[in-house]
This record gives sequence, C-alpha cells and structure tokens, in this order.
Amino acid sequence: MFISLFGAVESGFIYAIMALGVYLTFRVLDFPDLTVEGSFVTGASVAAFSIVQGIPPIVATVLALFAGFIAGCITGLLHTKGKINSLLSGILMMTALYSINLRIMDQPTLSLLNETTIFDQLKAAWANTGIDAALNGLLGAVGLEKFPATWSILIVMVIVAFIIKFLTDYYLKTEVGLAIRAIGDNKKMIRSLSANTDNLIIVGVGISNSFVALAGALIAQLGGFSDVNMGLGLIVIGLASIIIGEALFGTKTVVRATLAVILGAVIYRIIVTLALRVDFLETGDMKLITAVIVVIALVTPKIVQGRREKMRRAQKRQQLKAGGEGRA
Amino acid sequence: MLKLKHISVTFNEGTPDEKKALKDIHLELEKGDFVTVIGSNGAGKSTLMNVISGALYPDVGDVLINGKQVVDLPEYKRSKYIGRVFQDPMAGTAPSMTIEENLAMAYSRNKKRRLTPGVTKQRREWFREQLKTLNLGLEDRLNAKVGLLSGGERQALSLLMSTFTTPDILLLDEHTAALDPSRAELITNLTKKVVEESELTTLMVTHNMQQALDLGNRLIMMDKGQIIFEAHGEDKQKLTIQDLMNEFQRIRGTQFGDDRAVLM
Repeated sequence: MFISLFGAVESGFIYAIMALGVYLTFRVLDFPDLTVEGSFVTGASVAAFSIVQGIPPIVATVLALFAGFIAGCITGLLHTKGKINSLLSGILMMTALYSINLRIMDQPTLSLLNETTIFDQLKAAWANTGIDAALNGLLGAVGLEKFPATWSILIVMVIVAFIIKFLTDYYLKTEVGLAIRAIGDNKKMIRSLSANTDNLIIVGVGISNSFVALAGALIAQLGGFSDVNMGLGLIVIGLASIIIGEALFGTKTVVRATLAVILGAVIYRIIVTLALRVDFLETGDMKLITAVIVVIALVTPKIVQGRREKMRRAQKRQQLKAGGEGRA
Repeated sequence: MLKLKHISVTFNEGTPDEKKALKDIHLELEKGDFVTVIGSNGAGKSTLMNVISGALYPDVGDVLINGKQVVDLPEYKRSKYIGRVFQDPMAGTAPSMTIEENLAMAYSRNKKRRLTPGVTKQRREWFREQLKTLNLGLEDRLNAKVGLLSGGERQALSLLMSTFTTPDILLLDEHTAALDPSRAELITNLTKKVVEESELTTLMVTHNMQQALDLGNRLIMMDKGQIIFEAHGEDKQKLTIQDLMNEFQRIRGTQFGDDRAVLM
C-alpha cells in the first residue's frame, strides 16, 4: 500500500509538470490546446530515441523539451496566422504528431530497459549520499516494513516541479507575462496596449507544450519505454489535476494557482491508485474513474457553495424574525 | 499631429448590403487639439475611430501620426502612439488581474515588453500617485482584482491607463455613454482635467450634445460617412444645441434624425 502510494506521488510530481503546461494554455491563455496528447509522446519519443542513439539522458531530455516547444509553436501558428479555430488547430497538430512520433521511434514502442536513463544516473549518484538509509530508518521507526527502492526520484522531481513552478510564476509577472495573461482575460484590451497577441499566443502555447514534452520524456525514462499511445486521454488528466487543485486550494493569485495545479496532479495520482486497489475496478476503468473525479471536482464546490448560501439566507431570515418578535 | 487624407471605407462592397461608411474624409488635428465628434447612429463615427486605431483598414486614404504614415501598421503597432478608451467599461481592463497589474500593462504600451517584473516597487509608488488623482480611493486597493470594481471605477481606471503614458493621440469612443449621470460627469471631468494637463491631442465621440459643446476646442458633426459641419475655437464656444440642430437641418434638409431624444 505504502509503496504504491509512494509511486503515485513520485509520478504525480512528473505529471504535475504536464499539468502546469495545460494550465498555461487552458487557464492563462484561454486556449483549449489538445496538442498536449501528441507532444507528450513527442517528448517521450525524442528522449527515448536519443538515449538509444547514445546521447546522454540529460541532453535527450532537453531535446525533448525543445521538440515540444516547436510542436506547440506550430499549433499557435495554425491558430493565429492560419486563423484556424483553437480547438481544431490542437486536434490537427495532435493528429499530425501521431505519425511524426511513429517516425521518430520507427516503431510503436521503444524500450529503454537496457539503456541508462536519467533516473538510473540519478540513483547511482544518490546511492552514496546515505539519504535513503536515513529516511528509511525514519519509516522503520514508524513501523513500516517495506521501503521504497530510492527516494532520489521523488525528491528530485519535487524540486524540478517547484523550479518550473517558480519560473512560471516569475514569467507570468514579467511585462511579457502580464500581456500573456491578459490575452486570456481581455484580448481586445491588450491589443490596444500594443501587445502583439499573435506572437504571444505562439510563444505561450510553445512553452506549455515544452513542459508537457518534458513530462513525457521523464515518464518514458521512469517507465522504461515510450509508446505511441501513451498520450491518450492526457488532456483530461491535465484538466482533472487543474480542477482538483483549484477546488481544494483556490486560485486567488498566480503563485497559489500554480501550487494548486501541482498538488492537484499529485492528488489525482493518489486517488487513481487508491481507486485501482478496489477489487471491483480494473486498469481499464482508469478513464471512467478520471471522468468521475473531474465531474465530482467540478460539481461539489458548486453544491457546497449553494448550501452555504442557503444557510446564510436562512440564518438572516431567522435573525430578522427574532428581532421583529423582540420589538413586538 | 494626426492627419487623415482621402479616407474611404465601404462595407460589403458589391452586395445589396453595400454601405459607404466613410466617404473621402479629411481631418487634421494640431497638437493639443481636443475634437468632439457628434452624429447620429451609422454616421461613421466609430468607423472613423477604428480607422485611426488600426482596428480597421480603410479602402483608400492615408493616416499620418506625427507626419509618419501608419495606415499599413497593424493595430498593436499603432497603439504605441494611441491611447484608447472604449464605450464598454469592461473592454478597457482585464478583470481577473489586479489594479496594479493592469496599470503595469498600460505602462508598457509605448515600450518594448521585456522579461523583467511588470510591477516593481518604484512603479507601484508611481501607480499609487497616479491613482490618487482619480480621487476614488483606488490607490489603497492596488491588489484588488479589477473585476470587483464598479463600471465607473473601471472606466476611470481605463482612462488613467490610456493617458498616464501621454499618448500622441487619445481616442475616446463614447466612453461615458454606459455610465449613470453622476459617474458620467465624474469621468467627463477627469477627461477634461487630464487632457488639459497633458495637452493630449484628443478625438472624442459622443452622443451627448451638451458634452460635445462643453468639452474641447473643436467640434465636428458627421452624417452618412461625411463630415458635414465643423466649428473651431470661438465659433464653437458660442454654439448651442439649437444651433447644431438648425445646422443639421440646413445642410441635410431633414430633422436631425429620429434619435433626437438620444442626442439630447
């Protein structure tokens, strides 16, 4: 139980990077971008292919990030210069990427099991630090018997996710970032304030997809393979993370919203892991579980709010009534 | 400062819905001119504004700002020179961003946007000073989201955002029309003050004849895509609403539209 939850949190922080990318398009730019389902695989494929070719894993991962950026920029170009509807330009790019990803890997699945990934290197470098022993000792003290194989991935991924969060926070507060946020908020206004909305959208969608591709590259290296179908349904997972995070932690400021997205992604992974432990549910039910989670996260806050509002009014009325009787 | 030459705009050319929105318009504004534009619905006032701002390209004609041909420049490039306030109070600000963020975006209007923080300590102080001039207490709410402000407050903020960087040209598109009378007066007074203080070259479209007479040093009346009447300086000072009505009737030979009530 603990081990599977540990794994969920571990991959949760990687998926959080993807969710931050989806947040940039869906929430900040108000651009429902489906490229994500393709660019995630592009990231995975580019990283896997490069590693198989003998390129150092860290370089391969950075290459994947750039590949995602380019894919996103093309979607942005289709939408702004080609004047294609935002949803459709994402779908077109996603479809095109499917073939491109197959070409990159030259086969539907590319295994990394016999290769050294970025995580293998990390584990090797980590082994001598003694942090694992210390943390496992701590777990042993609480009475756990099974220990995770390594803490390195979790800790480093938390750090990476938060570095990306802080970069995003900073970026969205720069002069350029403010203009990007205004695009999703009031496009007409920011254009009248001399911002080139086309270029900002292209760059914004590009950055978003570079995050997604980075997550794809890391997931491929964590799982030990890249598969042409691994992006299927990813957009819903990204949305689920955002919506869960927003429902639980709020969106008052950018800093808060990006934190909510990261935690939302981790919580989503935990929920799915827990759900899959229920005997009745199978791996194939994942998508159904995801859809149900999103619906719950969307509907519950509204019901709770409606309740609260009703209670508040009832209270007010009662106070008024009590006051009236008092006077009488 | 601003020069329009031979501007013509036709909508739906070659169809039964063809409409000549602007016909061979000439207009020249000197630096510091404050021109009020009146005319009934469909006279071409908004089209004129859009041609100047770059939201619309004319079929033919030249637009010169500071002697520079800008007719082919897209809107976002031209807005380096132009400040604009829209009729809709929601149009000029970004609702889910804070007051200081909105001001920061406007502050970058005539500069290149860079990867440095939009709101700095120094700028925040300056924004606060600027907001004080509005007398609405907004200087204490720098971190409030603009969506929480009332229409009047938002319009005041829009006005500040489009003027505090002293644009070469200020376009006001019926910017008090959507407000209640007291808020409209507030915005009118703010407009008067800021235009005088910064000597902004201003073009203001209005449906309110009294406002058109009270503000500015020039007045033009448009009808069916043409400028049919113009008054300068002292001539304008002496004008009354009745004069304008008579003038319209004399030139067009009809009553000033059925929307006379609206124009009052």
